[in-house]
Amino acid sequence: MDLSCTEDEEDFRHRLRAWLAAVLPTLPPRPDPADWPGRRAYDCGWQRMLHDAGYAGLHWPEEAGGQGATPTQHLIFLEETERAGAPYVGANFVGLLHAGPTIAAEGTAAQRARWLPPILRGDEVWCQGFSEPEAGSDLAALRTRAVREGDTYVVSGSKIWTSHAEVADWCELLVRTAPVNQDTPKHRGISWLALPMDAPGVTVRPLRTLAGTAEFAEVFLDEVRVPVSHRVGAENDGWRVTMVTLSFERGTAFVGEVVACRRVLESLARTAKTNGRWDDPVLRRRLGRLAADCAALWRLTQWNVSEAQRTGGVPGVGGSVFKLRFSQVRQELYDAAAEVLGPDALDAEHEWVTGRLSSLSYTIAAGTTQIQRNIVAERILGLPKGR
Amino acid sequence: MDFMLTEDQGALRTGMRTLMERRFPRAALRAVVDAVGDAVGEGTAGGALDRSLWRELGAVGFFALRLPQAVGGVGLGLPEAVLAFEEAGRALLPGPLVTTHLAAGLSATGLSVAGAAAEGKAVVTGLDATGATATTGATGATGATGATGATGATDAVLVEHLASADAVLVLGEEDAGMRPAEEVLPSAAAVRSVDPATPLHRVRGETRALRQRGTAARLRREAALLTAAQQLGSAARTVELAVAHAGERVQFGRMIGTFQAVQHLCASMLVRAETARSVVYAAAITEDPGDVAAATLLADEAAVRNARDCLQVHGGMGFTWEADVHLHLKRAWVRAEQWQTAAAAEEELAARLVLTGAPCL
Ligand SMILES: Cc1cc2nc3c(=O)[nH]c(=O)nc-3n(C[C@H](O)[C@H](O)[C@H](O)COP(=O)(O)OP(=O)(O)OC[C@H]3O[C@@H](n4cnc5c(N)ncnc54)[C@H](O)[C@@H]3O)c2cc1C
Repeated sequence: MDLSCTEDEEDFRHRLRAWLAAVLPTLPPRPDPADWPGRRAYDCGWQRMLHDAGYAGLHWPEEAGGQGATPTQHLIFLEETERAGAPYVGANFVGLLHAGPTIAAEGTAAQRARWLPPILRGDEVWCQGFSEPEAGSDLAALRTRAVREGDTYVVSGSKIWTSHAEVADWCELLVRTAPVNQDTPKHRGISWLALPMDAPGVTVRPLRTLAGTAEFAEVFLDEVRVPVSHRVGAENDGWRVTMVTLSFERGTAFVGEVVACRRVLESLARTAKTNGRWDDPVLRRRLGRLAADCAALWRLTQWNVSEAQRTGGVPGVGGSVFKLRFSQVRQELYDAAAEVLGPDALDAEHEWVTGRLSSLSYTIAAGTTQIQRNIVAERILGLPKGR
Repeated sequence: MDFMLTEDQGALRTGMRTLMERRFPRAALRAVVDAVGDAVGEGTAGGALDRSLWRELGAVGFFALRLPQAVGGVGLGLPEAVLAFEEAGRALLPGPLVTTHLAAGLSATGLSVAGAAAEGKAVVTGLDATGATATTGATGATGATGATGATGATDAVLVEHLASADAVLVLGEEDAGMRPAEEVLPSAAAVRSVDPATPLHRVRGETRALRQRGTAARLRREAALLTAAQQLGSAARTVELAVAHAGERVQFGRMIGTFQAVQHLCASMLVRAETARSVVYAAAITEDPGDVAAATLLADEAAVRNARDCLQVHGGMGFTWEADVHLHLKRAWVRAEQWQTAAAAEEELAARLVLTGAPCL
């Protein structure tokens, strides 16, 4: 049980801090949340700065163009960037945390060479085409079909809830390459493709979220031709490839946000002190409990990172435990913010009100709370499979 | 950074679990509980401690775990103590384990009872004279907000296992000290304890005979943490009990563990236990008062809520005296009132939010 960092790690932290202090003031003003082209440009500009300073894909293996940093260094990186108020990974989320690691782990040398460098440089943005109107939680029930014609898959179907699809260059697309029957159960016939978003036959229709902005979109695929060489992993083996991807999403994707939660909590307390709400012991105690929750999320993260370090990188199912607690705490945090704000909690422009609205997605996106509990019950606790 | 247990720590935990299974198996727990159950109504505090087990714990170094090897201790630290107490909590081992362990740590001061505590020859219970804690629900909990207006000395506090104890570790606002149990007992009134394995006495707050200057805050913090470690052990154990029952009990022609409603209860229990584990272990490493407060809060929550959910998974069986679930719940209630109440922990953490320069995560 050791929470201390080595000298090397502390060195790394100090260099990073100094770099952040130097470059953050040079950043342009943040774009409006509804301005997706502006957000793309901003996020990619930041990614380019990280790349040029040697921080892009920090924990990716060197053969994938990364820096081969230890999980602890990666944790320090996420902690320090968030603490310094650096931009969030934003539009590069899927590429850096999802598609990239999947291609690094499962792709051929040619695929890595084609797709990884532009992700790291911030030149190409990816989105995730998993969910479909009829297949969300039951992901393996997806229907978008890819019919093979020589060297090409002809893809037809539709995807939904695809975050920032309008500004993406590529989509990690799950398609059905074998029909469902007795010999091929539904998750066997799935393949993982890299779809160019500008291919003929791809139509993107933004969907308005409850926050009023277009955060995600519907993607319609009408006989889109995708080269077979764009398939990552074997044909019909996409489910396994996907599980690799999902474990990345659940493992480390929320680290920066834990630090952000603590920051929000501290400013809630400061605001409560100035507006008098602090004198209410019920509210004060509620904030105190949230501080315990934030501390626990941070410690769980350190635990998961230590485990990943010992087992050699791939995050374990323990990520589900974190995700369940995190999504709940995040919502409680912004509910408490509303109490601190009082009537201002009805001002939709207030930062904490936007935060409250977006926190509502956390128990749904990346696997709902119910699906996560199924995973914990069956895969961690070993309870018999439910029906 | 490697937060996970070292090999030695893993071995210590396994060793403790084996000792508990051998020396305090379920039958032993039931013997304690059922003896008290039969004595209910006789006005006794019941539940005499098994002195030979206590001495055995002393012999394996449970109480001297953190004493330097030079004075016959094991020379380990708070993380190891937390692992040992987690196992004791898992087994629901009764007795003032925490205060005896803390009293052993005072042996450098020449207190003779401290030496005996280290060897497991003395049983030392505890009394928090500030009235805030020490097995009490007394009013006047102040937390760490700086409001120290507690009139603890006149509030009654609850003391565990007083009739079996040799000495009482008294914690004042700042100082700590030891008093012979026989001096405290005459003015104490036996309480019919909700937990059959934890006899309680109501005692008037007591601040005389405080000798160890300035040690109270540290002792109180360690007491809270070691109590949280026991809560963690209990919380982890009730997950196992619930999962085991869910994998055996059949209704509607299938195991109840296949029902999603039951699965989700169990999953939530695991999340609580693992969340508590992460903060309890971290607090053992940092010894930071904020971390200890977080550990207290989340471990109390995990132990109490897990016991309730475990009871629910057991159905009618869960409501019986025979199932062990109620023992976990009752002990969790007792421990949740000890040392640092939820209110005090929450106030402590809230106060830290507005302290500039307080360590954040
Ligand atoms: C903000 C946001 C961004 C997203 N971004 C993307 C993206 O970029 N790419 C992408 O592919 N997807 C994305 N998603 C989709 C997300 O993964 C799905 O919404 C999610 O998996 C749930 O699927 P669903 O919406 O079809 O809900 P449903 O599966 O229809 O679920 C509805 C309700 O039924 C419950 N339920 C369903 N099955 C079970 C079960 N077996 N047991 C118990 N309860 C069950 C659910 O918990 C939920 O409460 C995003 C979602 C959101 C909210």
